[in-house]
Amino acid sequence: MKKGLRLFIILFVLVFLYAPILILILYSFTNATTIGAIRGFSMKNYVTLFTTPELRSMIFGTILLAVGAAFLATILGTMGAIGSFYSSRKAGTLINSLNEVPVINADVVTGFSVCILLVVVLGVSKDTFIPLVIGHVVLCAPFVYLSVIPKLKQMDSSIYEAALDLGATPARALRSIVIPQISSGIVSGFALAITLSLDDYFIATYTKPATFDTISTYVVNATKGSQTTIKTALWALSAVIFAVVVLIVAVVNIRGTKDTAKERAGA
Amino acid sequence: MHVLKFSRKSLGIPYAVFLVLFVALPLLVLLYYAFTNGQGHFTVANLTGFFTDPNTLGTLCYSLAVAFVTTLVCLLLAYPAAYILATSHLKRKQVLILLFIMPMWINFSLRITALKELLTVFEGNLARFPFTNAVVGMTYDFLPFMILPIYNTLSRLDGSLIEAAKDLGANDVSAFLKITLPLSVPGIVSGVSMVFLPAMTNYVVLDMLYNSTYIMGSLIGSYFSAYNWHGGSMIALILLAIIILFTLLTRGMEDDNQNAVGGALL
Repeated sequence: MKKGLRLFIILFVLVFLYAPILILILYSFTNATTIGAIRGFSMKNYVTLFTTPELRSMIFGTILLAVGAAFLATILGTMGAIGSFYSSRKAGTLINSLNEVPVINADVVTGFSVCILLVVVLGVSKDTFIPLVIGHVVLCAPFVYLSVIPKLKQMDSSIYEAALDLGATPARALRSIVIPQISSGIVSGFALAITLSLDDYFIATYTKPATFDTISTYVVNATKGSQTTIKTALWALSAVIFAVVVLIVAVVNIRGTKDTAKERAGA
Repeated sequence: MHVLKFSRKSLGIPYAVFLVLFVALPLLVLLYYAFTNGQGHFTVANLTGFFTDPNTLGTLCYSLAVAFVTTLVCLLLAYPAAYILATSHLKRKQVLILLFIMPMWINFSLRITALKELLTVFEGNLARFPFTNAVVGMTYDFLPFMILPIYNTLSRLDGSLIEAAKDLGANDVSAFLKITLPLSVPGIVSGVSMVFLPAMTNYVVLDMLYNSTYIMGSLIGSYFSAYNWHGGSMIALILLAIIILFTLLTRGMEDDNQNAVGGALL
């Protein structure tokens, strides 16, 4: 392929992916209520974002839910991965297949089915947050499981045996030998779980209490309404989230490069 | 030794119980609700109702059309981009790849809001181009999920195969068609499976872009709002059947290392 064409294709896709969000971020610093003529710099959207109690509690609630659900999903998924890795082939295959279901299933179906079981059949009130948390753990845990399994396969199993021969209890060997070797899988599983929970709309819609909103459900409802102050404050929220994502990606990437450099130097 | 093995295995029990209770059981409940009516009697009315009502059949066709066109557009944009990324030798390639993945980590509803504001500038009234907007919105939402698996497959491709083909007299085009393209099928299949299904069900994208036409997901949403669990369960079951069919068709063609998508890069 010609160099010019290659550059054009890459730029075209990048512009498609980033133009809307970058334009919105630009307009979040103005008084404008629609994309059009800019009428001067303003921070009012950011003031609204951080001072409106409704918006603040919605953002705080979303983060709390994501961290909580990701924490539970990481514990369950990691234990499940270790357990299934050492189980008989039959049991392992069963856990593997059940684990695949939420991964390939549509979120609408997952959310609806969890809602039917817990709310309709068992009569659990949505106000207890139990259906919402369980729904998000169902969404996240399978991906933690899938992040940990490859690390278990790469693990050198003889070190575990050596630890036992040297007198470690199985629990101690698990804690000091197995967990450190699979920790990168656990961490990336946890990170993936957080992003999945933050991005979810459907499971939350079908299982959340009526008075509680996540960022996704709030934004979707806000676009149907006509409150322009809230609408433009959400532009500011986009800018904040964009900045946070860029920051995290940069930090992780720089640290990752340093680690690789160290490994290379060590070898 | 026996006791030790038991302790490692038993770590999996909580997750196994969790999966049975909250993944398998809900699906059985769906099955029960789909084939019963409000009085709890067995009925196939929900199923026959879906396949005899022109409205619901229209919804099925419309969502298949949206999903098909979205998948095609995503593929046409993602394949060249992934190919260029995989074959380039830039120093800062890792950063460039991250740029293509990063949108996955920004809340989709905020991204669609941004797209909506921009499309409004171009189109004036969004209601004039409902189908185009649905496809553009879905493509905007799911494109990274198509780029990443194709890139992963292409970047692991054995370059010596292409050199060999060229040594044996193939030109660039036929080397691509006979070597690169067939070997990248697993990545394409992974990408398609990650785009097609969400494009049939993610009705919020349509809602936010003022497209009031129903897709399959919207039917579940409307039954949910009407507390019609039996009707909603049947739609969920039909979607599940489509998913299972799709999985069976693509089984073995997919790339094994694709599932932990975003996490792999973190």
